[in-house]
Amino acid sequence: MTDPNRTDRRELVIVGASLAGLRAAQALRAERFTGTITVVGDEPRPPYDRPPLSKQLLTADARPTVPELPVPDGLDVRWQLGCAAVALAPDTRTLTLADGTTLTYDGLLIATGSTARRWPAPLPPHVLTLRGWDDTLVLRDALATARRLLVVGAGFLGGEVAAAARTRGLDVTLVEASAQPLQRALGTDAGAYVAALHRESGIDLRTSTTVEEFRTHDDGQLAGALLSDGSYHPADAAVLALGSLPATDWLTGSGLDAEGGVRCDPYLRALRPDGTPFTDVTVAGDAARAPHPLADHEPIVLGHWTNAVEQAATAARTLLHPDPPRPSPTVPSFWSDLHGAAIRSVGLPSRADAAEVIELDVIARKLEVVYHRRGRLVGALTAGRPGRLATHHRHLQQIVDAATRQAAAEAVQGN
Amino acid sequence: MQITVDLNLCESHGQCVFAAPEIFAFDDDDRLTYDAAPSDALREAADKAAAVCPVRAITVLAGS
Repeated sequence: MTDPNRTDRRELVIVGASLAGLRAAQALRAERFTGTITVVGDEPRPPYDRPPLSKQLLTADARPTVPELPVPDGLDVRWQLGCAAVALAPDTRTLTLADGTTLTYDGLLIATGSTARRWPAPLPPHVLTLRGWDDTLVLRDALATARRLLVVGAGFLGGEVAAAARTRGLDVTLVEASAQPLQRALGTDAGAYVAALHRESGIDLRTSTTVEEFRTHDDGQLAGALLSDGSYHPADAAVLALGSLPATDWLTGSGLDAEGGVRCDPYLRALRPDGTPFTDVTVAGDAARAPHPLADHEPIVLGHWTNAVEQAATAARTLLHPDPPRPSPTVPSFWSDLHGAAIRSVGLPSRADAAEVIELDVIARKLEVVYHRRGRLVGALTAGRPGRLATHHRHLQQIVDAATRQAAAEAVQGN
Repeated sequence: MQITVDLNLCESHGQCVFAAPEIFAFDDDDRLTYDAAPSDALREAADKAAAVCPVRAITVLAGS
């Protein structure tokens, strides 16, 4: 099968060996790309799935085995693992790795994901973060021996860690700077629902509260934390769950607009600061800052599992078929499991100016909240109501499709 | 084409319903239902549904 628009690229490099990187490699082969694919990863292990790291893998009865992602037979990829990419020179199509190795490419796909936001001061031992497999092992050990855990940040990651610690019988204090957990992402009502789940489980949730300082014993071990409400909480271990940031620092000085995620066009081609695209560099997953119809076509970072899967396919296709490229209009979605509530979201609830509670039942673990922006549906959140979620998704997909068609028509008129 | 779903793995993420509503749906009791032998014309949608399932509960096989 010949494709007149297909490029003659032979050497493709994918930076990032997690979900988006693996799925991009699979997409390239599904598009019948027969050239060389090199996948660069900073961790010394094959691709694995991250959502279980903060959920079932933290519970006492879980076997601590890496949740590897299946790599299909015949994928024919050169894995370059355990060595991060540290610099990119797009003019000479050269990638530099941490050990000084350089790789040249005909096409590059950036899928370096995200990192945990850091604490702005030195930390005592047993104040942990959770992002990768090594972090999970350290945290499992801490949960196995600690009696009192302090979790800083009641977003989904912090909430899941706190919930897992409760199932192990630890005393858990969960500190959140906002008035409700997830308030900015999901609004006050959904935040209150999540707060009720935490408190019902016995977690000591402290909202509108921050950590003033961590204190240590004479031997340097963590003793506890002083909170902004004046209270002191002894703790044997603490977890910082302050959110994530796109892992794009390594692109500083490369000529890509990579501040806060690599800005890209609807086809996921990386952009220069002046807005012109690199035709040989695409981006997928948590590292990408791409325009979305539900965000008025502003570039946004979607740090979600399904987004990594969908953008990987688009970014791979754009690399092989740059002219004409194909946009990727999908509805964002994410999930969390908290205390037996299967929380599922579609669209962009954080963009809403109004939230309507259709159903809210903490005991039965049911929830349905619908989000609007300027009178138009922009998102929905459910627990235990997947049928309602599917209905909202269908309506959102129609809105996204219409907005995508309109943007395409305006682009044609603009030319 | 044959489709199987491991309902022991399924966590009702709904991604298959989003990707291939011709094959997958939730019934009035929020249980997942699906056409186990859909037309081969739906192969692309079925493959997409399997690819976006976060718990990899869906298997798509050729044949009838």
